Amino acid sequence: MPSLKELTKNKDLLAGGHRLCGGCGASIAVRQVLLTAGDADVVTSCATSCLEVSTSIYPYTSWKNSFIHSAFENSAATMSGVEAAFKGLKRAGKIPADKKMKFVAFGGDGGTYDIGLQSLSGAMERGHDMVYVCYDNGAYMNTGIQRSSATPKGAWATTAEVGPAQQGKIQRRKDLTQIMAAHNIPYVAQASISHWKDLTSKAEKAFSVEGPAFLNVFAPCPRGWRIPSSQSIEIAKLAVQTGFWPLYEVEDGVFRQTVRVANRKPLEDFLKPQGRFKHLFTPGNEALLAEIQSDVDKAWDDLIGRCATE
Amino acid sequence: MAEQKLVATTGNALVAEAFRQIRPDVVAAYPITPQSSIVEDIAKHVASGRVHTNYVTTESEHSAMSACIGASAAGARVATATCGPGLAMMWEMLYIASGMRLPIVMANTNRALSAPINIHCDHSDVMGARDSSWITLFAETAQEAYDNTIMAVRIAEHPDVLLPVMSCLDGFITTHAVDRACMLDDETVAEFVGEYVPVNALLDTENPSSHGNFSGLGGLYFEFKAQQRAAMARASSVVAEVGERFAAISGRSFGMVEGWGMEDAETAIVVIGSSAGNVRHVARQLRAKGQKVGVLKIRCFRPFPVEEIRSALRGLKAIAVLDRSDSFGAEGGPLYLEIRSALYDLQERPPVVNYVYGLGGADVKLDLIERVYSDLSGIAVDAVEPAPLTYLGIR
Repeated sequence: MPSLKELTKNKDLLAGGHRLCGGCGASIAVRQVLLTAGDADVVTSCATSCLEVSTSIYPYTSWKNSFIHSAFENSAATMSGVEAAFKGLKRAGKIPADKKMKFVAFGGDGGTYDIGLQSLSGAMERGHDMVYVCYDNGAYMNTGIQRSSATPKGAWATTAEVGPAQQGKIQRRKDLTQIMAAHNIPYVAQASISHWKDLTSKAEKAFSVEGPAFLNVFAPCPRGWRIPSSQSIEIAKLAVQTGFWPLYEVEDGVFRQTVRVANRKPLEDFLKPQGRFKHLFTPGNEALLAEIQSDVDKAWDDLIGRCATE
Repeated sequence: MAEQKLVATTGNALVAEAFRQIRPDVVAAYPITPQSSIVEDIAKHVASGRVHTNYVTTESEHSAMSACIGASAAGARVATATCGPGLAMMWEMLYIASGMRLPIVMANTNRALSAPINIHCDHSDVMGARDSSWITLFAETAQEAYDNTIMAVRIAEHPDVLLPVMSCLDGFITTHAVDRACMLDDETVAEFVGEYVPVNALLDTENPSSHGNFSGLGGLYFEFKAQQRAAMARASSVVAEVGERFAAISGRSFGMVEGWGMEDAETAIVVIGSSAGNVRHVARQLRAKGQKVGVLKIRCFRPFPVEEIRSALRGLKAIAVLDRSDSFGAEGGPLYLEIRSALYDLQERPPVVNYVYGLGGADVKLDLIERVYSDLSGIAVDAVEPAPLTYLGIR
């Protein structure tokens, strides 16, 4: 595992000057993941998203590697075609048989948990040698903070409003990482931009396996979460420390917690600084808050139960 | 002219043979009736080890076209096949494939769109995609399906074109009926289609490129679309030229429109696809009785061969357009609207009537075609008032 100093010597494939907001978790996730690709030639794809519209404004591009965007729901399927071409052209003798390349598909949570889930599932099942990276900021931020199946219960979103009859999103989040683990692919991990060492070592593992790998990266959105742009990393850290976003990996079916949390902080510590949860702290919502805490507790216990004890 | 093998087989089997012979680097497809025997044959070719094609069995048609787009942008020669609801599911990606100027070749085994669900032939699927900037060829027979599919590669990959091509054959009628056809040998086809030399390939890692960029308000979206229109216009001469080159190796002539009896016809039926055979059969019988009838078959629907159609139909006394799809709420079916529009600039405009027929595989019997010709001869002498739109053979 290279040190941070060593990593910074690697090629930075996403150029500065892109149009993402200050404090955006997406670009941090992309850069941390791609730093671990080292000298390999990389092709990236991206679902329609903030990341895509901010990095590929014609005639400019922020991508120093080859990059493709085709639509919203098909980053995985599009990249599966690129990877298939690589193999097909090798068989045709048009690409040297020993040539190595990395194929990385990016998508936000909307493009991954929701509209792109089928295409992701198909690509993973087919076993393409590619890494899929979901940057999870828990809503459709590009179109204006609409709720997705990754939006936490109780969070405000522009399609899960707060009023006398409703307190933000009614439903629990979908656990996509577990869904991907159920695909029995070589490598699945949940990571966060706040824990760079953990994230980069997971990205390195994802690149090193033969076949598909999936990374679910927690990536705060200051605009959608109603937090100052200086607080992205702090909030991401609190998500880990409260157990809202456990850091773990599933290698050949074996679950392993990669960052231990000795004393889990109360979930309130993660919720309170975010404007999207503000209403949860108004009188009358105590029961809802307790319910959200208990959901997190249960998910945590389930996960710890699955993780191998050392 | 190359030596050929006479075979008795289905349209689908011949399309699959063409897909083997054009040597695609990637086929990404999803099975759907009545296309499925094409992808099953591809699976056999792959399992036999005779082809280098990387066969991607996607979980939907949307992903099939998405993977085709990724593979084509990567620099591969790419083929696929679908029909009906599958083509409808691809609709978003059809525009992206052409907008990204990717020379993907797709067979479409024309099938009706639900509801009610129906697996049989009509042209609602392809007509729904007629504005998607795909060059669109139609086959009457299994032979034409085979020939069109091979020509499609040359047309799509031509540097003046770089647009995807859809090669259509009628579901069950052409896809599943055993027909007589001639096959070229593998080397002749390989030489005819040549090697694909991609531009700005993703896998050209020495020269990285970005594809599918954002070009919103204030961007160049409008200009990109104008370039597509120009490419489609250039495709007209490329289609004709490739047709001539193909005729030279196969001995089978290719026309964007193909007429029968049109030289001195007084009335004519315009038709697309497999029904052209029935129409020609009836026309032949009527000719034997001394009636001056003709048939105009449209083999290339996009680009729409306006000049060829205009010169073929000029001076006729009455014309019937057969549409195997409807444009509900419009004056008539899509082919009718375009034929009428093509004739608008003529000094003397012949009466044109529209028959929607065969939706969901409804039978097109010879007596129905006779009825159309009979209507036309009445219209030609002003004895019959032209009906704007008739559902032909409706019970």
